[in-house]
Amino acid sequence: MPHPLRGTAAITGLGMTPMGRIYRSTSELAAEAVAKAIQDAGLKKDDIDGLLINAGITGTTGGGLTLGLQNYLGLKNLRLLNHMNAAGSTAAQMVQYATMAIHAGMATHVLCVFADAPLKEGTSAGAAYGGAARNPQRPRGMAGLYAAAGYFGANTPYALAARRHMALYGTKQDHLGIIAVGQRRWATMNPLAQMREPITLEDYHASRWIIEPLHLLDCCLVSNGAVAVIVSPADLAKDMPQPPVYVHGMGQGHPGDSGRAGSNWETETGARLAAETAYRMAGLGPGDITQCQIYDCYTYTVLVTLEDYGFCKKGEGGPFVEDGKLGPGGSLPTNTGGGELSAYYMWGMTPLSEAVIQGRGHGGERQAKNDVILVTGNGGNLSYHACLILSPHPS
Amino acid sequence: MTQPQVPIPEPDEASRPFFDGAAEGRLMLMRCVQCGTWRLPSRQHCDACLSDRYTWEAASGRGTVRTFGIMHQRYHPAFPVPYNVTIVELEEGPRLPTNLVGVANDEIRIGMPVEVVFERHEEVTLPRFRPIAHYDE
Repeated sequence: MPHPLRGTAAITGLGMTPMGRIYRSTSELAAEAVAKAIQDAGLKKDDIDGLLINAGITGTTGGGLTLGLQNYLGLKNLRLLNHMNAAGSTAAQMVQYATMAIHAGMATHVLCVFADAPLKEGTSAGAAYGGAARNPQRPRGMAGLYAAAGYFGANTPYALAARRHMALYGTKQDHLGIIAVGQRRWATMNPLAQMREPITLEDYHASRWIIEPLHLLDCCLVSNGAVAVIVSPADLAKDMPQPPVYVHGMGQGHPGDSGRAGSNWETETGARLAAETAYRMAGLGPGDITQCQIYDCYTYTVLVTLEDYGFCKKGEGGPFVEDGKLGPGGSLPTNTGGGELSAYYMWGMTPLSEAVIQGRGHGGERQAKNDVILVTGNGGNLSYHACLILSPHPS
Repeated sequence: MTQPQVPIPEPDEASRPFFDGAAEGRLMLMRCVQCGTWRLPSRQHCDACLSDRYTWEAASGRGTVRTFGIMHQRYHPAFPVPYNVTIVELEEGPRLPTNLVGVANDEIRIGMPVEVVFERHEEVTLPRFRPIAHYDE
């Protein structure tokens, strides 16, 4: 018997702002994306009766989206409203909660919005994210051991995780580099991408170290921008202007990290649990996935996530990607817009937005086989994970 | 020219026994009275069994390198690059962020046995770790 939620909802609207050094407030960016998404879906503003909001890093550092976005957008008919944050897994989670709410009769057209604007004029991308670390106040208590060890920025935990994978399984620097090069090849075909100059494996190795084993080209971009998607009931979606992208499966996994012996957060992520749930709901397995949109805050994230979704055995991610199968022309097209590494960094909205473009068949020269699309999101040092399995086919 | 000071933690009430212990050359941890699980301060509840009864006990000071990275990004003037950022897993189980001393960056290995040394600063003493020179299995 099919899962009761499978195929009941679809993504019917997508709106995106330009990405990068766009110096506008998060509310302004969000409003632009929302206006485009509503128009894209052929709806009127008053048709929107659900609003889920995800602030990016500015939700922590200041200036991020709040529940006040409702009134900025003038939404008066909301039956569903929340401000959500499970880091990079939030975008996929918003679509999950929207799907459940629609199925439960709580709402009809649910708008899911992300906006961020960490880049300020005259500051570097690194300062936008690692800024507080450069001039830390005297840190209080045990948390201060991090700064006292020079453990700064989001790059550090991912470098530590990648290093452990390398030591345990023999993963090579080249394996990470091949992911970066492949995604840049995809980005050259994406007009929305911030980085469209092709790179070679030599360029990868020559790019400066951030924290070994991560080069600059292992790390995602930092972007200002916004993405909005609309989730609608499947029976309405088929008569809406855009080709519907149906939700066939979804799952979450959050293994946590005890901070002591027994935790393997570095190499075994929440993706494994999420995969079980999503595959069961969609009634399929890794061999059925025709393309992946994997959260790629770092090259390593892609490699370890593919393992946890069962595309290869644990520890074999390096050899798995070695033949370039993730890049254009490969057998498992992955991050076909260039991803967070080369296109734009909108947290979980990066893989989700590209999945909608691909699911509609609107990928142009970068269009890949779109029958079954895996979309993942993770955050909190690989601790939080959510996924969607999407398809242009109703069932 | 004075050497820039590393960002020194300011002990709070909950972490004071840890920092007081370090000043006396002991690595003090919290240990659950109910299930015996060791934890880094400072949290009032054991995350294994949720008991809030604990004692402060001195750890052995020995452990192994869980993982490490070599930082090249200049974040703070007190840390000339490149330097190691290391997670040590103590024999008692808890892991803590630190730096290894007395070892070249390219000689650090995951699983390397290490022991605590205490680095005195004006207001606070910090635990660092060094490889155990003649380590017998």
